[in-house]
Amino acid sequence: MIDRAFSLGIYAIIALVIATFGWIIGDVIIKGISVVSWEFLISEPEDAGRAGGIAPILVSTLYVLIIALVIALPLGISAAIWLAEFSQNQSHTLHVGIILDVLAGVPSIVYGLFGNAFFCIYLGLGYSLLSGGLTLACMILPVFIRTCESGIRSVQSDWRLGGLALGMRRSVVIWKILLPAAQPAIIAGLILSIGRATAETAALLFTSGYVDRMPESIFDSARVLAVHIYDLTMNVTGGDETAYGSALILIVLIILLNTLAQGFIDSWFKRSGHYR
Amino acid sequence: MIVAETLAPRLSEDIIESRAPAHIKVNELAIYYGKKLAVNGISLSLHRGKITALIGPSGCGKTSFLTTLNQLSKLNNQVTVTGEIHFDGENLTQNNVDLLSLRRRVGMIFQKPNPFPLSIFKNLDIPLKEHGFKNRAERIEKIENALKAVGLWDEVKDRLNTSALSLSGGQQQRLCIARALVLEPEVLLMDEPCSALDPISSGIVEELISSLRDKYTVVIVTHNLAQAKRISDYTAFFWTQNGAGKLIEFNNTRQLFSGPKDERTAAYISGIKG
Ligand SMILES: Nc1ncnc2c1ncn2[C@@H]1O[C@H](COP(=O)(O)OP(=O)(O)OP(=O)(O)O)[C@@H](O)[C@H]1O
Ligand SMILES: [Mg+2]
Repeated sequence: MIDRAFSLGIYAIIALVIATFGWIIGDVIIKGISVVSWEFLISEPEDAGRAGGIAPILVSTLYVLIIALVIALPLGISAAIWLAEFSQNQSHTLHVGIILDVLAGVPSIVYGLFGNAFFCIYLGLGYSLLSGGLTLACMILPVFIRTCESGIRSVQSDWRLGGLALGMRRSVVIWKILLPAAQPAIIAGLILSIGRATAETAALLFTSGYVDRMPESIFDSARVLAVHIYDLTMNVTGGDETAYGSALILIVLIILLNTLAQGFIDSWFKRSGHYR
Repeated sequence: MIVAETLAPRLSEDIIESRAPAHIKVNELAIYYGKKLAVNGISLSLHRGKITALIGPSGCGKTSFLTTLNQLSKLNNQVTVTGEIHFDGENLTQNNVDLLSLRRRVGMIFQKPNPFPLSIFKNLDIPLKEHGFKNRAERIEKIENALKAVGLWDEVKDRLNTSALSLSGGQQQRLCIARALVLEPEVLLMDEPCSALDPISSGIVEELISSLRDKYTVVIVTHNLAQAKRISDYTAFFWTQNGAGKLIEFNNTRQLFSGPKDERTAAYISGIKG
């Protein structure tokens, strides 16, 4: 009897979560679908975004994301390898781990302020796609490193020992055996990071800015999708419709990017011939 | 009488020495984890082309000793080793040993089969590549020979590109032996290679190990005394004394089992102790 009530309760909660989620997505689709068209994707915004499209904003979003990922991916994986495989000093590893966990919990607006102070002003990059991308990289790194690290750590140590006992260099054992075996964790970390980075507003407001022109280079200030949505809903009366349209595009973009990232990593590891 | 008694063991040792030259000579080896002494008093010769069994109760330092022979013990920076291990003119306990080539010459098989999560072919191909075999045709030939040597070729030749993890436990262990053999080692270290296998696979692997005699110097840890008796030429008996492992007795297997000199050996092999 109690068992039944318990499982009913669980089902109710699951249903609630799915319903909420469905409601949000449904709301965005219903209110946004009317403005979305090919035209919307390839034209410039007009009248502060009330009309026109989001072409420059899409381009800026992709720029910022690519910069962030190009920096965070290799750096994050290397850091994870160092933490999981090389750091011999237990207390160092522990301290670095704690620092990363704290950093992972820092609100994104703080990263925005840091990025503004460090990249925009101190390094003189100004409000630019580059500053924004670098700030995002800082923001997603902690979680990405931790996910990859635990993935590498959880790889059977039998394989590590087996490889080393065959006289293989440590780097080769890591590269050819451990990393591919940690692939699911790396993909999970990447998907988390892409999601967070694509939907980020606060960290980019002060670093890449909100100019809605088409960027000419990564040193231009520009507006990403999340900032655009924020601006339309908060500052532009009558911008709700295009805001919903942009939100719909944002969701589709995240799904698309995740699929792409997964496919990319899959094919990368497939070449190394791993099985599960 | 007294003279004869003191001479007898030394004499037999000498005869053994002259018949099968020492491949690895260990002298007064002691191993510490941090400050804690784990094993000491290990002096023995591993004879070329012979199978040496290490027996003794749990925790007496068999694995610790084994991993000093390929210096896998170096991975744990808590471990310090004193004494000498002479292998081919080098003292392995010194710091300037080339670990990669040492481990190529001294292969190791673990208790739990540990094929990489790769295809059967790649399991052997990656180590070969790593040791500089650039020619693919040559690698393919070596891989075929290694798989034949462990009697796996006919079983897997049609599915070399399938996952090594899809093999049975016994096949996996033979694949691991093939993976070590493909590098043409001189010495093979085996840490309870049969204990994770079912009786039939265990028998097959045991036969395989027996067939490695003469071509390789084999050191095998086993808890199975019958197995040690069946396949080994020499046996080393370890025992824990005052909280640390110690080599108690080392002799050729027949003599050690038929006439143990130490009463602890006698008790252990008759199943009274340990
Ligand atoms: N990594 C380690 N750190 C600290 N002490 C260790 C470590 N590995 C082994 N020891 C200690 O060294 C001693 C010998 O252990 P070892 O694993 O070599 O024994 P063993 O004879 O192989 O035992 P078993 O038959 O159970 O495999 C034990 O007292 C053990 O507690
Ligand atoms: Mg052991």
